[in-house]
Amino acid sequence: MKRSIPLAICLVMGIAMMIQFFVPHPVSVGFFDLTTKWVRIVAAFALVLGTGSLVMYHVDKLKRKREGWVYSIVTLVAALVTTVVGLGWGVKPGRPLQDVIFQNFLVPLNASMFAILAFYMASAAYRAFRARTREAALLLIAAFVVMLGMVPIGAKIPMFWFMVALAVALLIVGITGRSKMLVVGTGVLVVGLLVWMGFWKFRVPQLMLPDTAEWVLSVPNMAAKRAILFGVALGGIATSLKVILGIERGWLGGGKQ
Amino acid sequence: MVVILTLLAVLGQAAAPESLPAAPPLAAPSGLSAADTPNDQGKSVTLSWAGVEDGRLEGYLVERTEPDSLPAVIGSTKPGETGYLDEGLVDGRKYSYRVAAFAAADTAWAAEGAVATSRPQFFNTGRINILIAMGLFFALVIYFIENAKRGKQLFVRRIAGLDAVEEAVGRATEMGKPIIYVPGLGSVADIATIASINILGEVAKKTAQYDSALLVPNRDAIVYTVVREVVKESYTKAGRPDAFKSDNVFFVTDQQFAYAAAVDGLMVREKPATNFFLGTFWAESLILAETGASTGAIQIAGTDSVFQLPFFITACDYTLIGEELYAASAYLSREPLLLGSLKGQDYGKMIILLTVVVGSALLLLSKVQSLSFFTKILGFFSTR
Repeated sequence: MKRSIPLAICLVMGIAMMIQFFVPHPVSVGFFDLTTKWVRIVAAFALVLGTGSLVMYHVDKLKRKREGWVYSIVTLVAALVTTVVGLGWGVKPGRPLQDVIFQNFLVPLNASMFAILAFYMASAAYRAFRARTREAALLLIAAFVVMLGMVPIGAKIPMFWFMVALAVALLIVGITGRSKMLVVGTGVLVVGLLVWMGFWKFRVPQLMLPDTAEWVLSVPNMAAKRAILFGVALGGIATSLKVILGIERGWLGGGKQ
Repeated sequence: MVVILTLLAVLGQAAAPESLPAAPPLAAPSGLSAADTPNDQGKSVTLSWAGVEDGRLEGYLVERTEPDSLPAVIGSTKPGETGYLDEGLVDGRKYSYRVAAFAAADTAWAAEGAVATSRPQFFNTGRINILIAMGLFFALVIYFIENAKRGKQLFVRRIAGLDAVEEAVGRATEMGKPIIYVPGLGSVADIATIASINILGEVAKKTAQYDSALLVPNRDAIVYTVVREVVKESYTKAGRPDAFKSDNVFFVTDQQFAYAAAVDGLMVREKPATNFFLGTFWAESLILAETGASTGAIQIAGTDSVFQLPFFITACDYTLIGEELYAASAYLSREPLLLGSLKGQDYGKMIILLTVVVGSALLLLSKVQSLSFFTKILGFFSTR
């Protein structure tokens, strides 16, 4: 019973919502609006449970004096003050909850956390761009082209001379590191550059770095993104179908059919 | 000087026309058609007409006559717009329409009007292509599930991130440290969250078997209630209901960065052996993953957000990319029915690939004038 009722609700509502997508009739639209309201009501009840969980967790931490229990006092006091201010003075703009707590505490704290992202990006980029494998080296070159192409100085650099500089750098690294592969790779790159400039004509192509950066983003990068999105879309539909039909029961704690 | 001025005056008189010819009257728009707007919930009528080619034209006026009332101008359009959507009508009532072209000093009403009645529709014909594609995909998935039921062996490629789950849980047991499982920041309506909850069920069973501590901080209140039940159920299934601690599955906050800060703090204090980041993530993905990496934990991440995947790939040991997250539950549980659906997905992808190739070829061919009818076939693939 504990399992069959949720499964039956899931089946009926899943099929009903699928049909609703194809029916523009006001009855169907009304049904959709109604279920959206249900979700909000359920969320409100769940929030009470959530708040209870938060309070219990921190009270328990305080009682047991677990590591970092001092922060639990901050959490509990903040929750209490917010509740009192919200219930006492209301939640509309112009009230202390919005003007003092939200604007002066929450917004700056959120902004500070978001700002940390910049430093984490730098450390993650350092880790990602260490050219330890062929793939990482390719990533490094592509990232360098895109980053340089996005800054003003990049607009003045022709792609051809960037590739020449890259060939020289690869050759030096190949010779000093005694890597035959890098030397051969440099040779291939030089031949490619010669073909590009029309051999004896010695015509430097006009392609600039930002054009290449744009191409990297809109062609190979976009192709990879779309491939992932196709898989995600199909996977999403298949997962929904499995949940609706009761084949996937992980959300009920698992179990066989 | 006087001679020059006289000469100029004579020349000016000669250049000026004696009298301007009268401008032709503004033509009225023609071919007005009024029809119930297709594929809607009623209460609207769509009008269209043939435009007027005149440099003086400033736009069109639309007049509506309701039963038992006088005509009234209900709106206007710009010169290039030869259509109008009249909304807020009463279904089943007959409405008469007229249009006029107007300029600065002239208004030309069309001689003929049009009558229409709005009605709601029971089926959106603009989505018939989606219905066919969905039906086809459902048929494929169900076919392979039925095959699996009959005991047919299905091959599923190796997914390193999921193979590492066992190792990650074992590591936590050996080190005597907890496992942190972040089910994403999405709501329970997100497919990625549902997939994450499915994986959590399997992970919880393993932690119960290995007797490791499993901490699950939550950002969404509904997800929290579901997750708590799933973990509890998994511990019961593993025969260890006593090992389940309700305090280990807890709600933190629904604020994105406050949640990230709380989970960061948890990772720094608890120094977990393993971190799972599976589900929907936004900008906080890197904040979580980098902090986790700095604590020396094994990290297994997975999301369907293409913007967060690079961050996870960089900062985590294993990353489930896109659909691998959805496949994880089948992969871990090895239930034939779930594996069967994976096969259906693969064939679905093959069909999409073929459609992309054929669609691209048709698009190219439709540029040839004699083959322009291909655009009609392509139109079938667009959604409304």
